[in-house]
Amino acid sequence: MAVCKMQRMNIFGLQEDRKAILERLQAWGALEINIPETDSGDGLATMDTTASRQRYERRIQTLQQALEVLDRYAPAHKSMLAGLAGKDLIEKSDYTAVCARRHEILSAAQTVLNQDKEIGERKATIVRLKNQLEGLAPWMTLDVPMNFRGTRETRFLLGTFPGLWTQETLLEAIAAATPDLPAQDVTILSLGKDYAYTAILCLKADAQALEEALRGIGFARPSQLTDKAPSEVGKDLVAQWKAEEDGIAKLEASLWEAGASRRDFEILSDYFRIRADKYAVLGTLPQSSHTFLVSGYVPADQAKKLASDLTDRYHAAVEIEELPEEEEAPVLLQNNHVGKMSESLVKTFALPHKGELDPSFFTTIFYIFFFGLMLSDAAYGAIVSIVCAVALLKFPRMGENMKQSLRLFFWCGISTTFWGIMFGGFFGDAVTVVTKTFFGHEITLKPVWFAPLEDPTKLLIYSMLFGLVHLYAGLLLKGYMYLRRKDFVGCFFDVVCWLLMVTGLILMLLPTEIFYSISQMEFHFSPALQQASKIMAIVGAAGILLMSGRGRKNPFLRLALGAYDLYNITGWLSDVLSYSRLLALGLATGVIAQVFNQMGSMFGGGILGAIAFIPVFLIGHTLNLAINLLGAYVHTCRLQYVEFYGKFYEGGGREFQPFHQQTNYVEIKEEI
Amino acid sequence: MSGIVYALIGIILAVTLAGCGSAFGVKIAGQAAAGVTSVDPSKFSKVLLLQLLPGTQGIYGLLVGFIAMGKIGLLGGGNVDVSVTSGLLILAACLPIAVVGLTSAILQGKTSAASIGVVAKKPEAFGKSMLFPAMVETYAILALLVSLLAVNGIQL
Repeated sequence: MAVCKMQRMNIFGLQEDRKAILERLQAWGALEINIPETDSGDGLATMDTTASRQRYERRIQTLQQALEVLDRYAPAHKSMLAGLAGKDLIEKSDYTAVCARRHEILSAAQTVLNQDKEIGERKATIVRLKNQLEGLAPWMTLDVPMNFRGTRETRFLLGTFPGLWTQETLLEAIAAATPDLPAQDVTILSLGKDYAYTAILCLKADAQALEEALRGIGFARPSQLTDKAPSEVGKDLVAQWKAEEDGIAKLEASLWEAGASRRDFEILSDYFRIRADKYAVLGTLPQSSHTFLVSGYVPADQAKKLASDLTDRYHAAVEIEELPEEEEAPVLLQNNHVGKMSESLVKTFALPHKGELDPSFFTTIFYIFFFGLMLSDAAYGAIVSIVCAVALLKFPRMGENMKQSLRLFFWCGISTTFWGIMFGGFFGDAVTVVTKTFFGHEITLKPVWFAPLEDPTKLLIYSMLFGLVHLYAGLLLKGYMYLRRKDFVGCFFDVVCWLLMVTGLILMLLPTEIFYSISQMEFHFSPALQQASKIMAIVGAAGILLMSGRGRKNPFLRLALGAYDLYNITGWLSDVLSYSRLLALGLATGVIAQVFNQMGSMFGGGILGAIAFIPVFLIGHTLNLAINLLGAYVHTCRLQYVEFYGKFYEGGGREFQPFHQQTNYVEIKEEI
Repeated sequence: MSGIVYALIGIILAVTLAGCGSAFGVKIAGQAAAGVTSVDPSKFSKVLLLQLLPGTQGIYGLLVGFIAMGKIGLLGGGNVDVSVTSGLLILAACLPIAVVGLTSAILQGKTSAASIGVVAKKPEAFGKSMLFPAMVETYAILALLVSLLAVNGIQL
């Protein structure tokens, strides 16, 4: 429940230890590098490391591309839940072993890429061969080479006629086009939809006249001529095609085998990632010819240990200093098990700014409470808890954020079950419907407290009461922050006065007719208490009116500001009313569940009825659970962010980003 | 006797108008979500959640309709004699969720689409972007509440 205290650490070391110290810092992951602006002229300069960083980044890219290729040709078996599994922890020795083989692995990755490229080229060749074969297909019946010119006395003409022809029409057309020429031999090789393919043999003397006459009806020579008979050329092409396919199969087999080195590629890409980060930091460090300086923020509880580790190992000079008052340190939240669960919720809103309280602990408590109230079904809660528990046990190495969220929802599930029991919800009214439809006598699950559908007003009043507790908690936290700053005046006028006024107004409202007509609850307060409530409200209001603008000298402006602040009472009204969503969403879960139960039971009792009931029940409740989980999540967040945080929390801090081993695939076990 | 006609009109208005609104809203958000997914399929689950947000109004309409149907005995509870007055009362009670459900779902759909735009550019702001559509939904919840309490409170 706290923001971790930060200190500044300055490390002075010798050039020869530079890389080792940086690697050690990276393994610790406890220092956010932050080099203060220094005056130039102190003999220190930064080094340009862009070139080496880019070299590492290129290598990461090579490995990453090789991994993508492997994903295509040797897909790893990944379950749908793999995203939950997190990064594997590997021994330092395994890691160094892989790093030592880095040249070998890199060239293996390059081979993978080359093979992939070759497969692409071979596929392109196959497409080309296929096109050639298609172009050759109509000529296949020709048994002389296509560039055959004729014999001593004859000319051989090969060509196409455009259009759709039959044997007869084509021969007639040719005869009609060449009335005054002696016989020529026309062989029709094939008739296509768009062209007729022919081979024509004629006397050499007539050749020119014949070709001209035929051109009149569209005769054209083929653009490409083979020097072998088309069928032979076709055979060659098919053989080439086969050879390319064999080549591809071999390459694919070899890529499939290369799938075994996927792990090496992953670890090595992480290795280069770590080194690229290191060089990026190295480029920012001020260095002289023999020494260098690292400076940054470190959490106070780790500062001593880190400092002694560095001095012992590298004889570096390490100094730790407190941060000056005005410096905005990066924020690291530090919570117990309860608070940790909603750190990511707090981060989603905003991290606390300097001097502000970390609201994680209270967020968790109220989140679990309200979430359960909105979902409020014992069976749904049990499902949520069981799913979260199984995921947590099955994937012990899942990412920290995911783990904490699942833990939060595990408890939300427990809370949902609790409220389900209080309100008598178990898959809505499934117990009643099932016993009535299938067993003849009706058993109703009695709510421990009351059934909201029978008395919604009661739950509405309680929702607002819970809301009021939530809002008061927010206001009290604000008061606590004032006290921590020793701002007693602010605490009284900004917190205590509000508490007085709101409480007084509520106490005034309770015994009235209006309240009775809404809630059917009667309150009889003694005259003394009634008097006291009026005084509380008036004192509170007066305090706010007079002192809210206490920073201003001008009395009119000050009163105006006070009046404006007093107007915020409408904000309180809308805040409290906003908690009516607890009732609405709770009812929505229950009623929709009832609708599905009713739909399922429409088919009547007996075996057939049960067969129809089960799918309706399963699908219906899955849908209902999904949509209401979403609703409960979103609206609980809203109650925290808008109503609760609105009372005391601003946020705006910057997250602590330590220099650490930022990897994609594995985590390395470091001995620290 | 004819009171049941008015009551049924109210129920149908609640279910259909709120349902139409949700269909509209989910459509608007869904088109934006599809656009984002076409560029970056990894954002699918996030934008899907945002698309679903305007879907709740339809459920609220159904909820009110269902309770009102139970009230007038349409769910196998035997014949309840519904007078014209009670029928009109139920019709009136159904109107808040019908009207607010229709409009707020469409508007929430537009807000969701805008939030989907946020996720496309800044995926880390997902949690914040989800709040904007939730703000619009508040008014549907208030309407639902009044409809519910009113239907529940009508004495036949």
